[in-house]
Amino acid sequence: MADVKLAADEAPILPHRDPTYAGLTAETWARILAPTIIGILALAAWEWVVTANQIPHYILPGPFLVAETLVRDWASLSVSLMITLQITFAALIAAAVLGMGIAILFAQSRAIELSLFPYAVILQVTPIVAVAPLIIIWVDDVRLVLLICAWIVAFFPILSNTTLGLNSADPNLVDLFRMYRANRWQVLLRLRLPTAMPYFLAGLRISGGLALIGAIVAEFVAGTGGRASGLAYRILEAGFNLQIPRMFAALMMISLTGIAIFAVLTLVSHLALRHWHESALKERR
Amino acid sequence: MLPPVVALEGVTKRYANGTVAVRGVDLAIAQGDFVSLLGPSGCGKSTVLRMVAGLIPPTTGRIALAGEGAGDIGFVFQEPTLMPWATTLKNVMLPLRLAGVARAEAEARAAAALASVGLAGFERAYPRALSGGMKMRVSIARALVTRPRLLLMDEPFAALDEITRHRLNNDLLTLWEAERFTAIFVTHSVFESVYLSRRIIVMAARPGRVVEDQPVNAPYPRDEAFRTSAEYAAHCRDISHALTRAMTTHG
Repeated sequence: MADVKLAADEAPILPHRDPTYAGLTAETWARILAPTIIGILALAAWEWVVTANQIPHYILPGPFLVAETLVRDWASLSVSLMITLQITFAALIAAAVLGMGIAILFAQSRAIELSLFPYAVILQVTPIVAVAPLIIIWVDDVRLVLLICAWIVAFFPILSNTTLGLNSADPNLVDLFRMYRANRWQVLLRLRLPTAMPYFLAGLRISGGLALIGAIVAEFVAGTGGRASGLAYRILEAGFNLQIPRMFAALMMISLTGIAIFAVLTLVSHLALRHWHESALKERR
Repeated sequence: MLPPVVALEGVTKRYANGTVAVRGVDLAIAQGDFVSLLGPSGCGKSTVLRMVAGLIPPTTGRIALAGEGAGDIGFVFQEPTLMPWATTLKNVMLPLRLAGVARAEAEARAAAALASVGLAGFERAYPRALSGGMKMRVSIARALVTRPRLLLMDEPFAALDEITRHRLNNDLLTLWEAERFTAIFVTHSVFESVYLSRRIIVMAARPGRVVEDQPVNAPYPRDEAFRTSAEYAAHCRDISHALTRAMTTHG
């Protein structure tokens, strides 16, 4: 082919990089330090209130006592944490696979989407605590009950986001694919799924937290007992025994788990989209 | 004269909402020609182009194309219309991959197409890292990678600044002279149409129809000297008058 030359001034202006301090930009440091300082201040205030007012630890334990309990009870609590994590991740993976799968099914035909989507909505809007007793009756294995409940809660954001994403392809690109006589499969793989990826990942981030909530709530309703129980049961148990510091310790583990899930999924989303999607790009100032 | 590559006979397009986009268009475009469709917005020039591309069917009339098969037609949209998740190379490979060309061969041909539009070395760049003009170059490379016989362009440079547009006009002509595809170029710029074309079809709106068909008998290669010549100015004046007449007559 005949080659033409590109003028130098037609090339793009490369984004400028902010200076870094110990590998992180000033903004990243602010993002880390500001909430940390607030957290330390809040914990200090909490400890002070408990000590100054001599609040008994069965009403409100101070943060030091909670941390101490967390370390002391780590052996028994970490077993429960693992069980809750297993259920959460199994539910999240099932929600991702089935949510994506059903969204792809919806994308194949408007008729399928119109007929089935309302039922997905019903599944979502019915409170899980109201459905759980039914599932307990139908399913013998308690772990499976928890998994189903967590899945129901986590499934919808992925389905609805991915469905939206699959239907958001650039109409000009759709025309282009048509012009080159792409088949349905090629359009799905090369156009619709990549378009849906940011939507799917946003759904996944919401569902990660919801799967954990679902796993905890379901355990409150279903109960498990014995050594094979998750963190929710540990909270109930500690409540009955008035071991309030242990309740707080378990609660803290749940919160930290939720934060960790969110952080990991945010990282996954950023890594997957960093080359191209606006959400993963730094704002221009 | 060579047989026409594209022939429209009595083509009318009425959209579902009742709007008549074009009415009674007869048009024959010769092999290797560079034809501009020029007219105000709403004159149906894009509709004609999309019908030629096979994206929408005419309501009545016939459109005949010489040659059939995916890849015989290249299309350049008003926007670059690139896949943002794919590198420029992958974007240009798309038509070949959709046609089942093996990856290695598709890569080589796409790289050559990118080089031909001046983008050698940008194979691994993502679209967001490119300037507007460069994105349009990728879009042209993608349209040409299948070596189409017919290149359809729908106001491709309308969103670019004038200096970039002039450069892309020149580069497009260089490619056209080398590859000898037939070009149909939709524009609302008199100057651009005169600079590029051998033939200008002037269209009028409400309903969209062809009102003038004028040759631009200036030799190629055309360059910046042509842009400042008296001949170019005279052609622009003629076409401007034709366009004014088109906008004042009603059908």
